[in-house]
Amino acid sequence: MIEVVLAGALTTVQDLGRPGHAHLGVGRSGAVDRPSLRLANRLVGNPEDAPALELTFGGLTLRAHDSVTVALTGAPARLTLEGRPGAMHAAITVAAGETLEIGMPSRGVRTYLAVRGGLVCDRALGSASTDVLSGLGPPPVTDGVRFAVGRPTAPVPGVDVVPGRSWPVEPVLRLLRGPRDDWFAPEALELLGSARFEATPSSDRVGVRLDGPPLTRVREGELPSEGMVEGAVQVPPDGHPVVFLADHPVTGGYPVVAVVHPDDVPVAAQLRPGDGVRFRFVPGPVSPPLG
Amino acid sequence: MGLHGLLVECDDLEEVMALHRALDAERPHGVVDVVPAARTVLLTFGPTTSWATVAAAVTDLDTGLPPRSGQEREVVIPVTYDGVDLDDVAELTGMGRDEVVRRHLAADHRVAFTGFAPGFAYVVGSDRGLDVPRRATPRTRVPAGSVALAAEFTGIYPREGPGGWQLIGRTDVTLWDLDRDPPALLTPGTRVRFTEASS
Repeated sequence: MIEVVLAGALTTVQDLGRPGHAHLGVGRSGAVDRPSLRLANRLVGNPEDAPALELTFGGLTLRAHDSVTVALTGAPARLTLEGRPGAMHAAITVAAGETLEIGMPSRGVRTYLAVRGGLVCDRALGSASTDVLSGLGPPPVTDGVRFAVGRPTAPVPGVDVVPGRSWPVEPVLRLLRGPRDDWFAPEALELLGSARFEATPSSDRVGVRLDGPPLTRVREGELPSEGMVEGAVQVPPDGHPVVFLADHPVTGGYPVVAVVHPDDVPVAAQLRPGDGVRFRFVPGPVSPPLG
Repeated sequence: MGLHGLLVECDDLEEVMALHRALDAERPHGVVDVVPAARTVLLTFGPTTSWATVAAAVTDLDTGLPPRSGQEREVVIPVTYDGVDLDDVAELTGMGRDEVVRRHLAADHRVAFTGFAPGFAYVVGSDRGLDVPRRATPRTRVPAGSVALAAEFTGIYPREGPGGWQLIGRTDVTLWDLDRDPPALLTPGTRVRFTEASS
């Protein structure tokens, strides 16, 4: 058993989400930075989809009631075990009664904490993930919440530490055009592919809201609601784009000008308010004639 | 739509519903989610297939399947027609309040698609005279069970939340229940009969 003594700004349980339920109005949810969750689980010998904690801006204190093995990945934060510094991206043993403190990350937003054996939680539609948009899954973690830990299924891998990913100051995310790029002026597309945008404080697990030069439409009127995907760059009437993350709505009524390459979505998910970001268009799949 | 999505444009809602039925009957390999909407069907897929393969599978589908009459579900939704936007709807449609209610009760309704929130269904009605735009400014708080109109659809809010539809009434039915299979009461293709709730 582990106890979350202090939960920090926002800590939720996340796994790889609940894909395949969009026809019920249920989005995928799950870790917004899935590669980091997968890595944390691998480091402690868990299946990649085991439920773990997603910390928002760190600030979590954890006490082990029984000896547990944990690993931290994602946004790099200072961590101390009984006051001694510990390492990210490595399996750490927290003995019974010991306290692990995780500080504010120096880069990025979300740090993942996997526990060997996985957290034992109720599941909704097969997943333990908290979906902040739909309210599915367990409520956000509060101070004093305790989690039972599951039985390990595989040994802890024999690695001391794995390299972290790079945290560029102003990442450049790859974009695939469309499907509604024809709703925008050519200058708007040029701006999107060249200008600097900045993540705003209203960003959350639903999406990264960007500030920057507004993208002007050439078509007026309402777009009938249509299906949305993770990474979709949706542009509301004010012209300020939103990059959808794991808790995005299943359908939306504003045009999607482009979609972020799936491998770059985790980078978008780690943008802090005030962080700069740029985009560059890359070729998409060739479209054969339909119908 | 991106690397792992295919957005199929349809001529109208009828074609969307026909394509969705066909995809329900025969889902192309590797497709994770099928999201029917007003004029489109979105298919998302994993790395086990490709955009071109999914596109080819969709093109080859037989969309001529009629609705399966034997398996067609009908759900009755009792409504108390006292919504705060009923006067606005009456004005927008040029009918009186009573006429709006009478025609909403008389129309045929069917779930076209879901989305927006778990259990929220876009129920398309047969009476085009009831079509109204969304409100200019969405409300930040719409009570659970609110029955509302926008475009050709009736929607029911499964839980409290923001919303921009015109509120015409409310219902007590539970639209979303995780202990039910499926948890959503209203799924694409379901027929819906609105009745006046006895007070």
